[in-house]
Amino acid sequence: MPKLSREGRYAIGFRLNGQEVTAHAPGRMLLTDLLRHVLGETGTHVGCEHGVCGACTVQVDGEPVRACLMLAAQAEGADIRTVEGLEPAAGELSPLQAAFREHFALQCGFCTAGILMSLDALLARIPDASEDAIREHLSGHLCRCTGYAPIVKAALAAQAQLKEEEAANA
Amino acid sequence: MKPAPFDYVRADALGEALEALHEAGDEARVISGGQSLVPMLNMRLARPSVLVDITRVSELKRIEQRKGQVFVGAAVRQVELERWAPLAGLLPMIAAMMPWVGHAQTRSRGTVCGSLAHADPSAELPLALLALGGEMHLRNRRKKRVLPASAFFMGMMATAVEPGEMIEAVAFPTHPMGTGTAFREIARRHGDFAIVACAAIARPDGTNRLAVGGVADTPQAIDLPDPSDAGFEDALNEFAWSLGARDDLHASARYRRDLVRSLGRQTVKEAIACRS
Ligand SMILES: Cc1cc2nc3c(=O)[nH]c(=O)nc-3n(C[C@@H](O)[C@H](O)[C@H](O)COP(=O)(O)OP(=O)(O)OC[C@H]3O[C@@H](n4cnc5c(N)ncnc54)[C@H](O)[C@@H]3O)c2cc1C
Ligand code: FES
Ligand code: FES
Repeated sequence: MPKLSREGRYAIGFRLNGQEVTAHAPGRMLLTDLLRHVLGETGTHVGCEHGVCGACTVQVDGEPVRACLMLAAQAEGADIRTVEGLEPAAGELSPLQAAFREHFALQCGFCTAGILMSLDALLARIPDASEDAIREHLSGHLCRCTGYAPIVKAALAAQAQLKEEEAANA
Repeated sequence: MKPAPFDYVRADALGEALEALHEAGDEARVISGGQSLVPMLNMRLARPSVLVDITRVSELKRIEQRKGQVFVGAAVRQVELERWAPLAGLLPMIAAMMPWVGHAQTRSRGTVCGSLAHADPSAELPLALLALGGEMHLRNRRKKRVLPASAFFMGMMATAVEPGEMIEAVAFPTHPMGTGTAFREIARRHGDFAIVACAAIARPDGTNRLAVGGVADTPQAIDLPDPSDAGFEDALNEFAWSLGARDDLHASARYRRDLVRSLGRQTVKEAIACRS
């Protein structure tokens, strides 16, 4: 039974975007701060820090999760994916990312990393998610720029593209 | 907005969690999904000196069907219950509720028992506990006890859980043939806390039970006759007034009373219509 006392810093091991990493953090550190300040992965954004805005959403074992509501210590042994892990190859955008660009689904981009991670998880689990399901999934995110319509459009376009690729590979 | 320092204990077995809770007494808090506790830590509304993480305790990860009840262990996440295949057949009311419990992004970590422990007056699962007549299974390192909703919820965000004690599981009864259930909610958006939430059961003997969340400090319930019965409207109206609705940012007291009457009536009728 691991015990982390309030004074110490502890090694936390997990997978981050396919690579094993070990990072040191005090027990009270949030996963957002571990990612951004300790590991320098600043793609994950921090808006409200109390679970409401969704900017910090990452994938933990395939599920979309608020990184600001997870203690870094709780990441021990987990498989975590952040927006840095979306590109299929360096400099290449995933179909979802490309659709966001094409459909103007971002303006300032503050909310984007979180929304991408949520939608990526949804489309992976339910490849033919309905538009309603996509909208419902987006209710866990706040975007103050786009009005959401372009985000829904981009998600549907990415879904169509992913299905086409799936059919071509079948 | 960072938590004040605390010691963090990750229990691998139930006995370890209970021992750690016993040692730290009222300085300790259980952390399960963290979806309500971590916001409170970040805002320093809670400053426990010890956190006991129970999410890796395998004994607490089970969903089991036994003796007409479905047991959900304290480490079962909301998404796991939502995707549990027998849910819609055994507990249709809860199946209807799950999409309303926060967002997919919070259900992925939030636990069923954590929501009950948090006892937010607008939360859906406490309403289910009351409407269905479920039971909370509590224990400390020496003894266990089982409480119905009426003895478990003590007030707004207050429960009967004592220092050194934790929730081990919740048990929801499955209903006999001929029972119908329904759930309806009004919220600003799906996933926001309810302005008013209604859960109803229509029993085989023709009587009904309506439970309402989001209005009083804890969910409240009333037994009602058939909506065609002369006494139905008066009883529902009296119930709506008895809840002590207040004006707040989200809705006026009057709107809440209106909702209790209109949504309550619809929910009871829907439960009657799905009586099988
Ligand atoms: C943006 C957002 C929207 C939300 N919307 C809704 C909503 O619409 N409806 C709704 O119902 N909820 C909503 N929630 C809250 C819900 O997500 C939480 O999951 C739930 O209230 C708490 O469960 P948890 O497992 O995360 O518990 P935690 O946050 O870990 O704990 C909550 C409290 O319960 C105690 N506790 C937890 N487990 C136990 C146990 N086994 N024994 C004793 N005490 C225990 C903790 O000490 C703490 O005091 C929302 C949360 C967020 C962030
Ligand atoms: S920063 Fe995590 S939800 Fe807003
Ligand atoms: S693009 Fe600016 S908040 Fe969404």
